[in-house]
Amino acid sequence: MAKKFSQEHEWVELEDGIATVGITDYAQQSLGDIVYVELPEVGKKLVKDGDAAVVESVKAASDVYAPLDGVVVEANEDLDVNPALVNESAETDGWFFRMELSDASQLDELMDEAAYKDFVEGL
Amino acid sequence: MSFTTHTGNRGLVLEEKLIFEQGEAGRCGVDLPKPAGIKSRLGGLDRDSDVGLPGLSEPQVVRHFTRLSQKNFGIDSGFFPLGSCTMKHNPRLNEKVARFSGLADLHPMQPESTVQGALELIDQCAHWLLVLTGMPAIAMSPASGAQGELCGMMAIRAALDARGENRRRVLVPESAHGTNPATAAACGFTVDMIPATEEGRVDLAAFEAKLGDDVAGIMLTNPNTCGLFERDVRKIADLVHAAGGYFYCDGANFNAIVGRVRPADLGIDAMHINLHKTFSTPHGGGGPGSGPVVFSDALAPFAPIPYVVKTTDGFKLVETADEKDGTKPFGRLKGFHGQMGMFIRALAYMKSHGADGLRQVSGDAVLNANYLLARLKDKLSVAFPGYCMHEALFDDRFLKDTGVSTLDLAKAIIDEGFHPMTMYFPLVVHGALLIEPTETETKESIDQFCDAVLSLVAKAQAGDAEFFKNAPYLTPRRRLDETAAARKPVLRWMPETV
Repeated sequence: MAKKFSQEHEWVELEDGIATVGITDYAQQSLGDIVYVELPEVGKKLVKDGDAAVVESVKAASDVYAPLDGVVVEANEDLDVNPALVNESAETDGWFFRMELSDASQLDELMDEAAYKDFVEGL
Repeated sequence: MSFTTHTGNRGLVLEEKLIFEQGEAGRCGVDLPKPAGIKSRLGGLDRDSDVGLPGLSEPQVVRHFTRLSQKNFGIDSGFFPLGSCTMKHNPRLNEKVARFSGLADLHPMQPESTVQGALELIDQCAHWLLVLTGMPAIAMSPASGAQGELCGMMAIRAALDARGENRRRVLVPESAHGTNPATAAACGFTVDMIPATEEGRVDLAAFEAKLGDDVAGIMLTNPNTCGLFERDVRKIADLVHAAGGYFYCDGANFNAIVGRVRPADLGIDAMHINLHKTFSTPHGGGGPGSGPVVFSDALAPFAPIPYVVKTTDGFKLVETADEKDGTKPFGRLKGFHGQMGMFIRALAYMKSHGADGLRQVSGDAVLNANYLLARLKDKLSVAFPGYCMHEALFDDRFLKDTGVSTLDLAKAIIDEGFHPMTMYFPLVVHGALLIEPTETETKESIDQFCDAVLSLVAKAQAGDAEFFKNAPYLTPRRRLDETAAARKPVLRWMPETV
């Protein structure tokens, strides 16, 4: 499935019922060099728009929000040792966590790539 | 002319090695006779390896720390417009008074009867703070602004517990100091962010919509971290009170309104006062800071112990909760009575200025910031329109398409001989530059800074991005790798042979 995007600059990609979540390339560029990522524990229940992770760059620490309701099934442990992955490949290898969705229809509330591009240009 | 010296020193600016890289094993500043026949009582646990300290003579140690101190840049060295931090001059009169032996040589465990003057001084300092804020009660003991916040929020928590209410949501504007949400979370509250309006103030409608019977209160900084006065503050106080919550005010920016606005008249229930910001005690002044907290009648009974009271037998430090009827202190925040050295300096500052002088302090702080704003606003981009309070806030639109970032500009400002402004805070403004000149700077020093910034901005806009990417050029070390320092910190020196 094609990626979907939130206004808080998270991306979601659904595959076999599991959603992979990360921050967008625009977000990593705005944050600057990322030095630490705090990921949610497996089994944690996430609520749409609630806190899910924390990303710390040389400029600031920012919350990463859950774009959808669901339960965390996997966190990207590579980010513990190499947070720079988020800068290098935010929308592929630099994913944050995977979640099982409670309500896949929430995906419809997110933007597609073209809409997100327009949204970012308007910022 | 540019060349490298044999030693690495630049004239009399010396290249200093780490202290562990200096000296020679066995060298020592003192020569004591070897003790004769000490019987170890450590039961075989005596250290059998080397401690690993460098062997240094006394002059080597003195020179090392003197040289390091010369590399330091502080408010006594030059212009230091670090926004939100209020780096103002610390009058030497305060220092002189704090060193009087009758005050400096006191011990906190002396009998009360021998420290009546010191207790009276705490009481007088408290009195001045109560008059300036218009509030009925104060806790003098908190050891910093952040602990002051904790003190205020713990009092709110205690008041809610006494009412038997389980309110757990605290409203915090998104421009707040990071300590505000941290404090609320540390006290067991959840934090709910209030968005800002286009003009950088609390969005009143959004705030009102968030009120409810689970709201413990609001934490609001006024003037806020955008350097703006929250015009709706009275309305905000009334609304939060009507909803059953309390109003915590972050008093970090009290220096902009002291002598002109009494926080009590704004409807606040608790506010900390950073003595090092408004009342000119040194930042990190030889120990912990000091953040007294003023309370409204509603929160006063919950203020922490200890506190000073005046009785017919003289001054007394109330140390336990049951000494005074009707109060329910939430506990104790700190050993002893608070940061005495800071009370002395703050009181010396208040008494030497007088009420009219303190009113001029806030007036001059706001005037200086607005002068700086007026000089820079046409060439930089102001974050919000209109006048500012004690600090001027810019965003990075003026650097758009130059290839120069806020950070690069700040590094170039170092080469010009100034401490840079605060960068990238508040977070609500893109690439923020927050500049606070304070009231103790002269027009000449503000002009010199503005001229330097304007010349750098012209250079950036002329397309010389490369110059900025490599700044600073003239410092003992060039651009440091902040990313590597955070990702792979070296926290301990190790000998190369290991």
